Amino acid sequence: MLELDAVSYRYPGYARQVLADVSLAIGSGEIVGLVGRNESGKSTLCLVASGLAPVSVGGVLAGEVRIDGTATAGLRPFELASRVGLVFQNPNTQRSGVTATVFEEVALGPVNLGLPVAETVERTHWALRTLRIEALADRDPARLSGGQAQLVAIASILAMRPPHLVLDEPTAQLDPEGTRLVGEALQALAGTGAALLVAEHKTDLLDRLCSRVVALDGGRVAMDGPAAIVLADPALEQLGVERPARHRIAGEVAAAGLVLPGAIA
Amino acid sequence: MAPPSGNPTTLSEADRAYLASLAPQAASPYHALNPLTKAAIATIATLAAFVLGGYVAPLAILTVLVIPGAVAAGVLTRLTRVAVLISVPISISVALVSVFTRAGATVLFTVGPFDATAEGVDFAGQIIVRLFVTAMALGLFGLTTEPRAFVVDLERRGLSPRVAFAAAATLETIPLMVERALAIQAAQRARGLDTEGSLAARIGGVMPLVGPVILSSLTEVEERSLALEVRAFGRPGRRDQLWTLADDGRQRLLRWALLVGFILVLVGRVAGALPALP
Repeated sequence: MLELDAVSYRYPGYARQVLADVSLAIGSGEIVGLVGRNESGKSTLCLVASGLAPVSVGGVLAGEVRIDGTATAGLRPFELASRVGLVFQNPNTQRSGVTATVFEEVALGPVNLGLPVAETVERTHWALRTLRIEALADRDPARLSGGQAQLVAIASILAMRPPHLVLDEPTAQLDPEGTRLVGEALQALAGTGAALLVAEHKTDLLDRLCSRVVALDGGRVAMDGPAAIVLADPALEQLGVERPARHRIAGEVAAAGLVLPGAIA
Repeated sequence: MAPPSGNPTTLSEADRAYLASLAPQAASPYHALNPLTKAAIATIATLAAFVLGGYVAPLAILTVLVIPGAVAAGVLTRLTRVAVLISVPISISVALVSVFTRAGATVLFTVGPFDATAEGVDFAGQIIVRLFVTAMALGLFGLTTEPRAFVVDLERRGLSPRVAFAAAATLETIPLMVERALAIQAAQRARGLDTEGSLAARIGGVMPLVGPVILSSLTEVEERSLALEVRAFGRPGRRDQLWTLADDGRQRLLRWALLVGFILVLVGRVAGALPALP
């Protein structure tokens, strides 16, 4: 379980709190969506939930972040890495720069974990297969499109098989097919008992994927509830978040006083 | 697709063959030497050239330790070109400073208040020879060794991956910065920045790019550092690498021989037991 208990956070050198009194618990097998307008604190919450802030980033954290009951504050970065994975938004900065092929890039995490080669290879094949990017295995990671690079970045974290996963806009550079594959991979991971936090602007993806959605506004939790309810709430749009197409269409239809046979719920 | 359970302990033949194919492919017997052996040759050649001084000793080191390797690797012409390109700008500075500022009894000619002395010419010549040997030795290492091979080999020998990464990342950073500078330059030109014309105009046009290139590089370094942290980069302890590089008793012997030979030369020079060659 991934838990944030009354967490407030500010970056080093800044007086302003980017997160204020955020409490959140993500149970095993649960996928929680995180929405909010730009600079609402989504990326910071991802860093805090993964323990990297303040452990690596610095700054001041009030409250407590726990991973399976262990406070992140006392853990070193490599200890965090084996407990929770973090996928960043920019695929280019996630590339190690020390590998010549996608296969080696994806295998780097398992190698760093000290796994035997046979297990590293098996995990790498699985991660590439899951995101259907086996064909990229021999390519130079520095010479991929943005979407391909992001799939490689996600595969690199999947191959480490972290018990829990935090993703900061993982599909920002992906086409619909890539987005669908990432969604399937995340569902598969949740099926193994992982707790997942997914920050996304694509609410249609969250609608398919998440059981719960949290909306941030100015670093505070503005809405928190079942995905079907939060994503259907018109108040979401006042937080700068576009609702999923099915809810928008349903709203438009209802506003027009129409009732369609077999209407979208 | 659910992650497979269980921990496989053996590699299939196909996987073995695939992993072997990932290792850098050697273009020549010299390329195939272990990176540490090539690094030892480059380092000892450089240090010995500086310790022995003169002309004969550095040129002998070049002839014995560097040129045969360059010929075997098939890179002699390219290496010479690279070494000249690297050493010429520094050599010009050395020559200007040494020829006109080194005190000496034999004045060759005078330029304003400066005397060009034969002693200064000799000193500059010796430094330039050493610089050229250094450029050739290090250039041969660079042209015949992939950074990732050096990193993997150093890690296998127990060096911290952070140190190994720093070495590889430094080599990686230069082309990345050039790429970013070109992207920023193209974006600024699209907004009307003039980077053509006279030298002054070009310098004026490039100056606004310096800040964004450096700042974005620094930001990227921080993000890359975090991304490496989440991949357990800082974990202490051994790692089982996907592929390893050949090393053998003969190479180990060569490395020890180079080290012992250099120590003897150093002690001999310090103790005055080795005569100074011209």
